[in-house]
Parts: sequence; structure tokens; C-alpha cells
Amino acid sequence: MHDFVLALKQGLANGKIDDLDDAGWASMRSMLTNLSRQRATQGFTPAETAIFVFSFKPVLFNQLRQAYRDDPASLAEEILTSTELLDKLGLLTMEAYQKTREAVIVRQQQEMLELSTPVVELWTGILALPLIGTLDSARTQIVMQNLLEAIVARGADLAIIDITGVPTVDTLVAQHLLKTVAAARLMGAECIISGIRPQIAQTIIHLGVDLGSVITKANLADAFRLALKKKRLAVASV
Amino acid sequence: MDRIPILKLGHFLLVTIQVDMHDRLALVLQEELTARIVSDRARGVLIDISSLDIVDSFIGRMLSNIAGMARVLDAETVVVGMQPSVAITLVELGLSLPGVRTALNVDRGMDLLKASLDVEGEAASGQDG
Repeated sequence: MHDFVLALKQGLANGKIDDLDDAGWASMRSMLTNLSRQRATQGFTPAETAIFVFSFKPVLFNQLRQAYRDDPASLAEEILTSTELLDKLGLLTMEAYQKTREAVIVRQQQEMLELSTPVVELWTGILALPLIGTLDSARTQIVMQNLLEAIVARGADLAIIDITGVPTVDTLVAQHLLKTVAAARLMGAECIISGIRPQIAQTIIHLGVDLGSVITKANLADAFRLALKKKRLAVASV
Repeated sequence: MDRIPILKLGHFLLVTIQVDMHDRLALVLQEELTARIVSDRARGVLIDISSLDIVDSFIGRMLSNIAGMARVLDAETVVVGMQPSVAITLVELGLSLPGVRTALNVDRGMDLLKASLDVEGEAASGQDG
């Protein structure tokens, strides 16, 4: 609070009272921005952040009331100007808070994109792509690219796309899946789609999506068994 | 004028596309390849496009045309070494090359052709016996 009063003093001395973008308010701006950034990352609510500036109001008004005890007209005017100033400072705080939160959200989204599309090698030449979460165009693009690059890097000729973790499949998602399968085929790798849940099977048929050209299996184990068979490998008990 | 070399490898022909394809080059390739399939009695064609990083619908159509012609002449076509970006572009263009076989590299493509020849051979000898 001490810093705030200091910065306010400095701002009033150097800058215009109705223009916060003025250079005189620089220290105030940077102080409030830093403060709300800190509070945003520490998990304070917006109200808790804003109250920092607004809590100054009653104190200031009390002082003003005492100073202008005999001059009601000036008192009203002074209160109006100081309210405007403090409101602007409050808005500045909120803006900084919001920006910090948005930056956090954007970063998390990117992290999720990177985390959510791993390609794992189940066996020499057999890749698995476990998909988790809703598929949209941006994600499918990354999924497709990752898969194709992994196919080249590992020299794989079979890829299992497991959609157990995909909550819903609509026509768009189905189309994306078909595109991925077609692209993998062009590179010389065969795709098996596994992990189709009963509800999704029903949706796919109700939507009239034709998955006829793609091998589908109910679970990853069956898909893996088929993949081994295609590579002429067998698992035997010892 | 540029020409695309056609190499004979056993029963198969290997075509490596390393330059930008344009209409005339594609036509020349089609002509020469069909002639070579007949004269060399080739049973398979490998088209290596691993050094191709830009494709358009024209090349996509050319590939399936060549595959179609080769099939008529009783030779199997395998397109090998397609880059990921090329695969994505072709799919986005709606050209998923149905009827064209694909493999990751020339080695795998060769295995694929040999395997399909073996199957045919077995089937033929089975009928004989």
C-alpha cells in the first residue's frame, strides 16, 4: 500500500490526472501490472485483486471530507475526479490480471497439444497412437503430422490409432480419422483403428459415416494381435 | 530435355523421380515406361518419389494413370518413399490414390512386389498341380 501511495503521488506530480497513458504514470502502471500479475499467478480471485485499488477509496474520501468540510461544492468535485482516477487504476489492474490469466490458458493449451499426441512403438514396425480428448482440426493436423513423421523415423508399416479416450466422434472427427488413415496408406503404412466404444459405433452408423475401407477393432489388444499376425509374428506362452 | 531414367532390377522397373514433373515430362515417362514394361517383360514397377517435396493434383493423377496403365500390362505398381507433407497434401486434395500400392522405401516396395509375385506363382502352380 505504501508503494501505491508513493506511485500515486509521483503520478499526480508528473502526469495529467485524466490520462493514465501519460509518461508520468509509468511507475504506477508498472507497479499495478506487476501486482496483478503476481496475484493472478498466485490464484487470487478477480475481486480480491481489484479490491487492492478500491480499498483506497474510503480512506481517501474520508480525508477529502475532512479537508473540504466547509466547501461542499469543491468536495463533490474532488470526489468525482478521484473516483474517476481510482476507477481507471482499477480497470488497469483488472486488464493486467486478465492478460496474465489468458497467457496461462494459451500456454496450457499448447502444452496439452504437445502432450496429447504421443506416438509409441509397440513392436518393431508397429506404432500405436493413443488419442485422448476431443479431436478438432488443429489437433488432428498435429496428430497426422506426428504419426507420419514417426512412420518415417521408425520405418513402421503398421499403425494402430486407439480412440478409447475420444469422448465423441462426429462426422468431422470421422473424416479427420479417415484422412489420417489415407495419408498413412500413401506412405506405405497400414492403419488399424481400435478402441471404438459401443456408443461411438452407434453414432458412426447413425451419421452414415463409411468406415468400410478401414480395419476397425473394439480394443487395442485385438488390434495388436492383428498387427502381429500381419507381420507373421505370434505370441506363445512359455 | 530432361528425361527420367528407368532402371531394370530383375523382374521389376525402378523409376526415381528427382526433378520437377511437368506435363511433357510426364507424358514422355508414361510412354517410355509402358514401352519398357512390354519390352523387358516387367512384372512390377517401383516409383520412388522420396525426393519430391511438392506435389499437385497433376502429379497425383499421373501416378494413378501410370498404375492403371501398368496394371493393364500385367505389372504391379508400387509408389515408394512418399514424404509426410506430400501425403497430407494429396489427402487434402482428395487424391488418396486408390488402386496404387505404397511402401515406405524401395526395399519394402521390392519385398511387396516379390511377395505378390510369390502369391501369384503359388496360385498358378497350385492350379497346375
